[in-house]
Amino acid sequence: MKKTYKIEVDCANCANKMEDATKKTEGVAACTVNFMTQKMIVEFAEGADEKAVMKQVLKNCKKVEDDCEIYL
Amino acid sequence: MTKKQKKVLIRIIIAAVLMVALRIAYRFLGEGENALVKEPFWFIIYMVPYGIIGYDILKKAFKGILHRQVFDENFLMAVATIGAIVVALIQKNGDYTEAIAVMLFYQIGELFQSVAVGKSRRNISELMDIRPDYANIEHDGTLEQVDPDEVEIGTTIVVQPGEKVPIDGLIIEGNSSLNTVALTGESVPRDVFAGDEIISGSINLTGVLKVRTTKEFGESTVSKILELVENASSRKSKSEEFIAKFARIYTPAVCYSALALAILPPLVQILFMHASAEIWPVWIYRALTFLVISCPCALVISIPLSFFAGIGGAGKEGILIKGSNYLETLSKVQTVVFDKTGTLTKGVFEVTGVHHNLVENEKLLEYAAHAECASSHPISKSLQTAYGKEIDRNRVTDIEEVSGEGILATVDGVRVMIGNDKLMHRMEIRHINCHCVGTILHMALDGNYAGHIVISDVEKENSEKAISELKKSGVKKTVMLTGDAKAVAEEVAGKLGVDEVRSELLPADKVTEVERLLEENKSNGKLAFVGDGINDAPVLTRADIGIAMGAMGSDAAIEAADVVLMDDDPLKIATAIRISRKCLRIVYENITFALVIKFGCLILGALGFANMWLAIFADVGVMVIAILNAIRALKVKK
Repeated sequence: MKKTYKIEVDCANCANKMEDATKKTEGVAACTVNFMTQKMIVEFAEGADEKAVMKQVLKNCKKVEDDCEIYL
Repeated sequence: MTKKQKKVLIRIIIAAVLMVALRIAYRFLGEGENALVKEPFWFIIYMVPYGIIGYDILKKAFKGILHRQVFDENFLMAVATIGAIVVALIQKNGDYTEAIAVMLFYQIGELFQSVAVGKSRRNISELMDIRPDYANIEHDGTLEQVDPDEVEIGTTIVVQPGEKVPIDGLIIEGNSSLNTVALTGESVPRDVFAGDEIISGSINLTGVLKVRTTKEFGESTVSKILELVENASSRKSKSEEFIAKFARIYTPAVCYSALALAILPPLVQILFMHASAEIWPVWIYRALTFLVISCPCALVISIPLSFFAGIGGAGKEGILIKGSNYLETLSKVQTVVFDKTGTLTKGVFEVTGVHHNLVENEKLLEYAAHAECASSHPISKSLQTAYGKEIDRNRVTDIEEVSGEGILATVDGVRVMIGNDKLMHRMEIRHINCHCVGTILHMALDGNYAGHIVISDVEKENSEKAISELKKSGVKKTVMLTGDAKAVAEEVAGKLGVDEVRSELLPADKVTEVERLLEENKSNGKLAFVGDGINDAPVLTRADIGIAMGAMGSDAAIEAADVVLMDDDPLKIATAIRISRKCLRIVYENITFALVIKFGCLILGALGFANMWLAIFADVGVMVIAILNAIRALKVKK
């Protein structure tokens, strides 16, 4: 399953880092962060609880880039 | 500017003014042995502008360390500037300006980037401002505005002059002219009347229209296009992937080099060349210069921005490119393969001659139109148009379609055979070949040859120009594929200036033909296939890049193609290739430019020729120039 989230991030490199961090989160099959449209497209692994996963994603993203925001 | 950006701007101005003022004050009051004001006063007072401009970066760097994200640009800037201050303290030259300046320029660069990116983002979304906000539904004579998402199929909606058509549908009442410029790039309004299909995203100009919706909002053209545009840059190109990987290696590599530079050369010099320990600060300073240059921002921001702008610029022209990777492939196209019908020709067939020998002209047309009544092929439509009267399907029985040959059917008890000479050969019917160029439909009634109907397709006005424009933009070979007879195909190809023709192909042959061309031109750039999206979805997917034209409303084509031309003007193919080449040129310019300057500065820095001022100018300057260059991709030359 794929979902798109609106995000807020200030620099392109930070967007790359968010993408990396999200990919490493458990329950995420694939992720692309689009800095230009400020969107994050997350593909969840089968059977993953998206709400819980996204909470963890946000936490992991905050770790690599303190200034980012994901609108869940 | 946003609130955040304004705040940064104010901080930049205050810090800059303070820095200059302090520098002047130091020049008069702080220099020399008998200065009026002595250390540590200068150190303390200089920390004020440093704090103002750099506090958030220091904070982020600290948090980064806590989260074990060491090598980010905040950390680099923090280490470089604090290092510079420490060196200045050791050397007792009171030159703290450098550290402040580095922070200052870094922030200016970030601010510029954020403003420029925000601006081009808004520009592009304005170009694609086709999202309808509401749909009008009539309720007891009053109009009610509802969310287009809630409108069910078959609902009657009212579109007033000046409003966007929210959902695809059929006009049941009223006529008007539509502005489709946002969809097709075509600026001439299109006149529509009751009974016409109407696509969402166009703007109603003159009359009130009542429209019965034929799709849900989510399935409507406007939603499809928006989805396509918004997701376009999530398919990354090779250049973008390269940069992402590069950035991952580059920053740590430069950091370790900086560390090595700070320790190894002075150690060697002290141990083996009996240099004094005073050379340490010199090398540390050089290492700090390294850190300032190490931020890969210019590349990381400008490459995706170029692609984004390129895709946006193309969108403005009615060319939808589904991803940066396709933009990249498109720029390498050397061979363009066209489908003839509907792409180079109008695909509107007209009966241009009836040559009969058994029955009257009208009778022959009547048989032909009836026999073909079940076919959706453009040829049968033109027969029906030429016949001009109502078709009574009850008169037709036993319809048998022979793919690529023709149709057999019984009309009013007469066995009608209608098709090309292949069919006549197979049925062993002697037929007369026509001297006219066009599609020849031979007809036999009850097994006796009854004459033929000439149908020809007209080339589009721009086809010839499109081929020559393609040649001009660097395409080496053009090939036309068609199911038509050789004579017709060659005449059209000759007129338009196409290099190669493959005629008399069945739909399945087109795929094999494209595969053969792919094999032949392997070493010769990429191959693009252009079709009208009807019947050629497999070919569109098979080619390196599939371009569907005039695809408005055809979901299959939008799905299968990599590039969608919203109107059916073949000139747009050349425009699309030109846009992609320009965009990729900008990308390569930026990569080369940024890398040359960065590595140049790294070498100069290591040798001691570059100070921190040069380093920060190299960093921020390269970024600003690269961003300005990237934005160029948005502009499309007419």
